[in-house]
Amino acid sequence: MSGLEVDPVYGPDDGEFPGQWPYTRGPYASMYRGRLWTMRMFAGFGTAADTNGRFKELLRSGGTGLSVAFDLPTLMGTDSDDPLALGEVGKAGVAVDTLADMEDLFSGIDLAGVSTSMTINSPAPIVMAMYVAVGEEHGAHRRELAGTLQNDILKEYQAQKEFIFPPRPSVRLANDVLRFCTAEMPLWHPISISGYHIREAGSTAAQELAFTLANGFAYVEAAQASGLPVDAFGKRLSFFFNAHIDFFEEIAKYRAARRIWARWMRDRYGATDERAMQLRFHTQTAGVSLTAQQPELNVARVAIEALAGVLGGTQSLHTDSFDEALALPTEKAARIALRTQQVIAHETGVAAVADPLGGSYFVEDLTDRLEAEAEAVFAHLDALGGGSILEGVYRAIEDGWFQGEIAQASADFERKVNEGRRVVVGVNRYQEADEPEADILYIGPEAEAEQRRRLAEVKAGRDEGAVARALARVHQDAARPEVNVMPSLLDAVRAYATIGEVIGTLGQVFGTWTERAVV
Amino acid sequence: MGTDHSRIVRVLVTKVGLDGHDRGVKVVARILRDAGFEVIYGGLRQTPQTIAETTLQEDVDVVGLSMHSGGHLTLAPAVIGALRSRGLEVPVVVGGIVPERDRALLLEAGVAEVLTPGASGEAVVAAVARAAALGAGAEGASSGS
Repeated sequence: MSGLEVDPVYGPDDGEFPGQWPYTRGPYASMYRGRLWTMRMFAGFGTAADTNGRFKELLRSGGTGLSVAFDLPTLMGTDSDDPLALGEVGKAGVAVDTLADMEDLFSGIDLAGVSTSMTINSPAPIVMAMYVAVGEEHGAHRRELAGTLQNDILKEYQAQKEFIFPPRPSVRLANDVLRFCTAEMPLWHPISISGYHIREAGSTAAQELAFTLANGFAYVEAAQASGLPVDAFGKRLSFFFNAHIDFFEEIAKYRAARRIWARWMRDRYGATDERAMQLRFHTQTAGVSLTAQQPELNVARVAIEALAGVLGGTQSLHTDSFDEALALPTEKAARIALRTQQVIAHETGVAAVADPLGGSYFVEDLTDRLEAEAEAVFAHLDALGGGSILEGVYRAIEDGWFQGEIAQASADFERKVNEGRRVVVGVNRYQEADEPEADILYIGPEAEAEQRRRLAEVKAGRDEGAVARALARVHQDAARPEVNVMPSLLDAVRAYATIGEVIGTLGQVFGTWTERAVV
Repeated sequence: MGTDHSRIVRVLVTKVGLDGHDRGVKVVARILRDAGFEVIYGGLRQTPQTIAETTLQEDVDVVGLSMHSGGHLTLAPAVIGALRSRGLEVPVVVGGIVPERDRALLLEAGVAEVLTPGASGEAVVAAVARAAALGAGAEGASSGS
């Protein structure tokens, strides 16, 4: 405000700087002076046409990337006309059954000019195939398509629980996408290794850091085992972390993550390309920290959490809407959340200096301690897997180790809140007796009926013989582990096979997974 | 069949539908266990039919459903329907992301109690205890003991 000039970065001459090994202070030397983070708002509800309208509104308001939230039936590979989908179609995200829905979802949007993130895991290879097919219908070649597919199946067994097949064939599918993208889609991030859901399931910051990076190492080992050189795919891996309310610990978590990833990629996995050592990540503010009581206070929580993500050097950011403890966000609430990022970016001056907290005695100490806690977890998993993190992760999933650790941390936190040892404003202190009813987004049963009608129409208009032939090829390719399933999935989606049909076909080969319940 | 009011209340806590968000249901399971209930954790992706089956097999007194998917207006009545079709008058408690305007609709549909985000441990225990008392009353009345 006083107009004092500031340098792009501060530190002693012999110190570590952003853009330099081991990248604790950031992957790039110039950080946000070179380019602001991507303001990527996660959205999806109702039918594809409904969500297409929200996407266009977000782009009009200054959003710089798209991010698709799918509904639960889609995430579970269940078609909208399946009895198991009853009541959940279009509720918590957009319903996608066939390529026709993806065509509607991106109608009128230039896919070569926007980057798109798709949050989906078990059916990720199918949805990736659909996106490529829609892009090509729009005249965008697959090498021009930019974006991110979550495709992180390991954390599903640990935290979010949207698994279908057992872990090993699921990792093979994730790796098939990685191989496909490494060969054909240079602008695509085929796996977004996600701590977000681990944290939302109740873990601590240290557990989020440790489990997420361990999953990252597991994917690296799986890719190397399939013959991919680490420098070829390492730079395409990206991460997704939570921004929770414990401000300095979150900043330290991102710094520790970068340092750990760099060391492991170089020293354990043999990366020589520095881009394969630089951890890049997306951040979302903590949904679990939002309160249904006095929901307007969530605007303040989200601003503080988003600031932690920015001070920690995130590459893209989703800010939660203040009404998300009540329902999916209204358009107004989503706009306030986006505008919160714009205030941080353009008014506060925090984007002018890279890693402004580097050198803080407190933040450096927290960074070191989180790193040490994570290393202890890696050592445990490495021992469990007999020298393989991948095998250790499989084993710990099968034994319910991750699930038990997360459940314990979550119970400890809730006990503190219940006993008033941890203050949550509006919940266990400073409550209001009579709260007005909030204005929320309400998704009625019409979307489900409309989506069923749409699916019936697509099925009536397609060539059933072509669908059967395409599914037979999916079956054949899935049964041969050395074959990449992506080409056969592309044929199947172009024939308008449904996600449920493809998942069912893969399930005939892979079987399904039931978790050992850990409370 | 008589009602033994002294016996420990058996609560089934479970998820119904496709939603896998299980932080809340696990926390609730622990709160109820610590409060002296006998907790049966039903796990993920249960259907109204599997929940009714477990309720019957495990001689459950209260069914607790955790829902975060927005499908509660369809799924909770479906669970109640499945229970009643087997002659089970077991009370159902719903917890999760339920908009205020849906609370009355759930109660009308036969849900005994609705718990929303931020409910304290005490509130959870009290709601399940009220539901259990209701169930014991209904059972006593119907069995004519």
